[in-house]
Formats: sequence, structure tokens, C-alpha cells
Amino acid sequence: MQTNCAIELRNIRKTFGSIVANDEINLQINRGEILCLLGENGSGKTTLMNMLSGIYQPDSGEIFKDGRQVAIRSPKDAYALGIGMIHQHYHLVDVFTAAQNIILGLENEKMDLGAVNGKVKEICDRYGFNVDPKKKIYDMSVSQKQTIEIVKVLYRGSEILILDEPTAVLTPQETEKLFAVLRNMKEDNKAIVLITHKLAEVLAVSDKVAILRKGKYIGTVETKDATAQSLTDMMVGRAVTLNIDRPIYNDVHDKLVIEGLTVVDNEGITKLDNVSFTARTGEILGVAGIAGSGQKELLESITGLYPIKGGSIKFIDGLTQIELVGKTPMQIRQVGVGMGFVPEDRLGMGLVGSMGMTGNMMLRSWRNGKSIFFNKKTPEGLANKVWQDLEVVTPSTDFPVRRMSGGNIQKVLVGREIASKPPVLLTAYAVRGLDINTSYAIYNLLTEQKMHGAAVLYVGEELDVLLQLCDRILVLCGGKVSGIVDARTTTKDQIGLLMTSVGGNEGGEE
Amino acid sequence: MNILNSFVLLFAAAGAYGTALMFGTMGEILTEKSGNLNLGVEGIMYMGGIFGLIAPNLYESAVGEGNANPFVAILLAIIAAFAVGALAGALFSFITVTLRANQNVTGLAMTTFGTGVAKFAGELRRLKVGGYVTLSNRLKFAFDKHIMPDFLKKIPVIGKILFDQSEFFYLAIIVAILLHLFLTKTKTGLYLRAVGESPVTADAAGIDITKYKYLATIVGGGISAIGGMVYTMTTAGCVWIEASLAGTGWLAVALVIFCTWRPLKSTWSSVLFGALMIMYLRIIIKGFPIELYKILPYVVTIIVLVITSMRNIRDKQPPASLGVNYFREDR
Repeated sequence: MQTNCAIELRNIRKTFGSIVANDEINLQINRGEILCLLGENGSGKTTLMNMLSGIYQPDSGEIFKDGRQVAIRSPKDAYALGIGMIHQHYHLVDVFTAAQNIILGLENEKMDLGAVNGKVKEICDRYGFNVDPKKKIYDMSVSQKQTIEIVKVLYRGSEILILDEPTAVLTPQETEKLFAVLRNMKEDNKAIVLITHKLAEVLAVSDKVAILRKGKYIGTVETKDATAQSLTDMMVGRAVTLNIDRPIYNDVHDKLVIEGLTVVDNEGITKLDNVSFTARTGEILGVAGIAGSGQKELLESITGLYPIKGGSIKFIDGLTQIELVGKTPMQIRQVGVGMGFVPEDRLGMGLVGSMGMTGNMMLRSWRNGKSIFFNKKTPEGLANKVWQDLEVVTPSTDFPVRRMSGGNIQKVLVGREIASKPPVLLTAYAVRGLDINTSYAIYNLLTEQKMHGAAVLYVGEELDVLLQLCDRILVLCGGKVSGIVDARTTTKDQIGLLMTSVGGNEGGEE
Repeated sequence: MNILNSFVLLFAAAGAYGTALMFGTMGEILTEKSGNLNLGVEGIMYMGGIFGLIAPNLYESAVGEGNANPFVAILLAIIAAFAVGALAGALFSFITVTLRANQNVTGLAMTTFGTGVAKFAGELRRLKVGGYVTLSNRLKFAFDKHIMPDFLKKIPVIGKILFDQSEFFYLAIIVAILLHLFLTKTKTGLYLRAVGESPVTADAAGIDITKYKYLATIVGGGISAIGGMVYTMTTAGCVWIEASLAGTGWLAVALVIFCTWRPLKSTWSSVLFGALMIMYLRIIIKGFPIELYKILPYVVTIIVLVITSMRNIRDKQPPASLGVNYFREDR
């Protein structure tokens, strides 16, 4: 089959100001194949795919569809060519129903939602998923929203599907389901491009892997000839060790004792139900669970941001015990409890988008000093240190963080929190959206903190990482502690089971 | 009975001012549904108020007092008001959508600009005609004609409130129904709401954001301006008095929130707000200062805002991207 090639990119170049996002990229996308696009943060994967979906336009270079040169000037053009992209941040209107979202922007479609529902059902049956077209988006889970996105693209008759980090927010079970759907689509002779950081998934689902590094195209390899190590080496450009060092700290003692912690949100739903555990010095305690099982509430209660209904949180400092419940976030810091906190929504809660790195470093230290003028030297030094240590890609420390790529924003945030060297370090999704190289840099930083005697709480998504990095893992399920296991002896399946049912005994149901 | 009577009279009188508010509110609802927060309603209504008067005034002086056709005069008033409002809407869109300036600042500037233009035009015309800018009594009557048949007006209580109103009241209700159908039942309405909720989504779906924002803001501006015209031609009795329109546009902005962006709700709530505005004239409580009466509409808006945000009903929230400019490559 020589007509196998659906899309061909030739010498694509795209710059944003002085930053070259894509530099002379050549790529071929075939029908009946799953192609993984792999690269570190800021290597230009999403930018490249956005040029196929009509969001961006290349500065130079050509795009061919079925051997014919095409110009994609808008998302509309992309749909007309059968190219559909499922973005990392879903493009759905929250207050609309699924069906309304699906017909959005369709030219020849009547406002006949009954017919739409029928066609949606047909698509669902064909590829094996189910959605309720009449349900409003704000009532849906993340994985349901993603399904709507996929249906939306298929509804438009797309033959080339691009998925930007589709598994970032899914549980292992949901990921498996998604992959089954993708394989069905591949059987149906569709071309699929998957952007992902997770090497295990690349190896499990793809046929070919194309690798980008710093905006340049490195090459395409057959997945069957590749290993995690070989892909990483291509991606990073030098040999990287993929093992996380897990040293044992000798002076382990209790640092944070939590007993019977219960919190209720403002709609009366119990978010944490009688949670008890102990975080110890020199130990990384992993927190696993399906998204929304109470991870956010747990971290926010400890830092004093969430109203607590019952239970106690004791911070142990030598022989004295300090009760943290009832204290304001500022008091919690004043009694000598420094806590680093990497919020889930990095731009929303952690950083000021329009300020540069220096300004954002200052947000942590603005209370220091007596002068009415702020001290810019220290934060600037810190910003420079983070810039170099974590290899943040930015023209200067004054460049607005909002305009950096997602991974670089994360680096600034994590770097700032770790730099304050708190005795208790809380992190949530510290490596979400980060490439493998940076992720490992952050794992190492966390381990370093642990070896300095900090009690580290690591809320994570990737079970493989939790198992390698943490000493113990606390599994949350529906706001309850489903189990606390030793990370050195547990398997991934055991944790997966604990995530879906308390105690892991009943059958797993989503 | 006496109290009931006072209330009936209050609401019957509120219908006139309520009609002006209704147009102002509906125009702003349409504009805001596209995600454009046009705070220039006050200025737009001012301009509608003067140009809606100048147009029939010019017509009347051109053809002679006795020869003016009332229907043509009304049509000219509507067209002139709509046109000036649409122009303001186009200007607002050009500044915020094309030049991507801040919407709040642009809207506030539009208010200053619009009131200024209106006062200038009014003064210019006043000097020209020498004395008040107004119409002949025959046309004045045509503008405030209560068109419903007498037997309807005689229905107790509701007859006076619902059927003893000017033609513009019924026109406003028709516009409200059309706007409601447009937003909920048509594809274009659905797309418009998508633009206001999530322009990224709409853009990715191939909807022309710029076109929708421009059109909604232009037509919305036009409808709002008609409200200003209705005020001058009914409540103010076809006479241009500079200060009397002041605050109406702001009340319309508050009403949009009160209505939770629903055109049908704007019908009764505009009359309610109209009643709150003139309550100090009709229902007098001894020792209760007029100033406190006059803040009632705003107090009610704040209470409604507090309640809706406390209950956090997703369908009653403002369009999610309200006031935020959209630029495809910057997100």
C-alpha cells in the first residue's frame, strides 16, 4: 500500500519571537498506524501538531495530504481535510450538553439533536465506548469529557486523529480503555498521532515513534525495535539513567501525625473521611488515588487552606507537639512549620502569570525584611539558580512565566518550593506534564530533601514512579484511606485495586 | 384596596421606564453572550436617546408639521437609534476584538464618549431650533400611543399593567421572545453562546469568533440604543433633557446580571426595576429618604448576585469568557 501515507510534513519551521519552536521538521503520518510523538517539554510537539489542526501556521515549510500540498489556515480547514485534534485541555463548553458540543461548528448540520444522538450512538458502538449525549459537560468525569472530545472528532469524519497527552488525567483502567478504542480506530484504517511523555505507554500502544528534541526532528523508529532506554537517549540526546535512587535515611522519626481527619466541602459532601496516617522524616510518603479522591483536600487541610471538620494534625518538633488544626496558613508557618506546596493548578494557584521568574520567587519571601522597599537581590539569585539547575527555557528571569511552556512553568514552581527547604514538603503532581529528563531531576531533588531529613508527601499519578520513588504509599479512595503499603514490596496491581475500592477487596468499578 | 391600587398604578407607570430598560438589557445580553462586556451601555443609550429624537425632529421640520406621517417618524426614530448604537458596538468590537484592548477600559470610555456625543448633538440641535428639541403634539401622541383595545385595559389589576402601555412595550416583548428563541433554538444562537463560554472551543470547532463577536456587539448596541430612544420619546415626553437619562444604562447592566443572561426574564424584571426606580413617587413611606429608594434596584441586584453565586448553579453563571479577549495564538 503506497497510499498509506496520510500526512507529510516537509521542512516545517515555526518561531515565536526569538524562540524557535520547530526547526525544519519532516514527518510522515500513516493510515492504520499509531504514531507516538515523543520529546521533552518545549521540544515543539504540541506546536507542530497545532499547525496540523490550524491553530498555528508555519513560518515556512509544506504540508501534504495524500500527496497534495495543502494550506491549513484555520481549525475549519483542518476538519475539512479530516484532521481532528484532541487537545490536552479539553475544548468543551461546560454548560452545553454533549450533543450540543458535538455539533458545534458543523456547517450542514440542522439543530436536530435527536438525529445527532443517533449518530453519536452509532460511533460509540463502532469503537466501543459509551456516552450520554444529553448529559451536561460539567456533570462529567475527566475521562467522559475526553470521550466526548474523541466522539466530536469522529463525528466530523476525521481520518487523522491527534491526541495531546490523553492519558495525563486518566486512571490506569481508563487508560487501558482508551487504548482499546485507539486500537479499534487503527483497525478502521485511521491515522493516529499520540503525544505522550509516558514511555511505558509509548511501548504498549504505538507502531512507530517520532522523536523531537529542542524543536528539531531527530528521527522515527519502529516501536518493536525500541526500548525505554533507547527512546530516552534519543529524546534527551545523551545517555540518561532511568533508575530512581532510593537511599535509606537512618534517623527516621514521626514528623506529622494525622488522626481522624475529616473535611466537608461547601456542598456538604465529605471529601476526607477519618483519614489517619503519619509522615516521617527522611521518608517520601506517596499518595495514590484516582483524581479527586481527596488528594487536594488533604494537602490543603494540612496547609490550613481547607476548613477542617474533625480530627487532628500534629507537627512534631523534637519533644513538642504542635496542633495545626485551627491555625491560619500564616500561623502554621510562624510556629516554624515550613511547607512547600505545589498546587494542582500551577498557573491558577502557584504563580503570577504576567510576572517573571524573579517576581514569582519573591511571592514566597515578601514578608522578609523590614524595609518598605522589597529586596530584589535574593529572589533574583534564587531565580537564576532555578533557571540553571532545572534548565528552564526562558530568555531571561524577567520573562513572564505565562508565556513559557507548561513544563517550564512547572519547573519554576517546583524549584521555588524546594529551594525553601521546608521540614515538611508537600507536593501535588510535581511532574505533571514534565518530560522525562526534568521529571528525574525533580525526583532527585525530592530525594535530596528526604536525605536532609525532610518529611516529603508526594501526590502522584504514575504508579510506576510512586513505586520507585516512595518509601511508603498511602492510597486514597473516595476520601478514605484505602491502605498504606510499603513501596518496596507492593505491586502496581495491588495499588490499582486499592485505588478503586477501600481495602481492595470488592470488585473495581469506576 | 388602596394599597393594591397604588401598586397597580406604580407598575402601570413602571411599564414605560421598564420598556427603555428592557431594550437596554436585551442589547447587553446579546453582547455579553458573545463574551464582550460592553460597559458603554450608558453612553449608547444616551446616543440612542438624542439621535432617536433628532431623526423625527429633522423629518418633521423638513416636511412641515402637519404633513409628518407618524409611522414614518417612529420608523426613523428606531432606525436612527439602532444605527448609532450599532456604530458604537462596531467601534467597541474594533477596539477590543481587532485591536485587543481591555474591555472594561473601552466600555467605560464608551460611556464617557457616548454621553458626551449625545449632549453635544443635543445642544447643537437646541441652538439650531432655538428652545427645546421636541416634536409636535401630534407626533408626541403617536410615540406614546397605548395601542391595546379598551376592553383589555379594563381587566382589573393586570389590564392596567399589561395592556395600558405604549407600542414600544409590546415591541420589546416581541424582541425578547425572538432573542430567546434565537439563543436557545437556533444553531447560530448555540454557536454564539459557545463563543461567549469558551472561545477556544468555538475556534477549534471552526466557528469564526471575530464575526460572531462583532455581529452580536453591533446588533446588541443597536438594541440598547433603542432603549435610550424609547426613554426620550415616552418617559421624557419627546423632549431632550440632558440629565434625565443618567444611570439608565448602568441599571441595564445590573439587570443583565439580575436576569442571569436570559432575555425572557428581562421583560418582567425590567418592569420591576422600573417600579423600584419610581417607587419614591408613588408609594411614600414617611421619613424614608428618596436616596434610599433610589438605591433599591442596585440592592436587589447585589442580593440576587449573592444568592446565585452561593447556590452556584452552573447554568446561571455569566458566560465563562465574559470580558476576556481572545487571541488564537496567545493561550
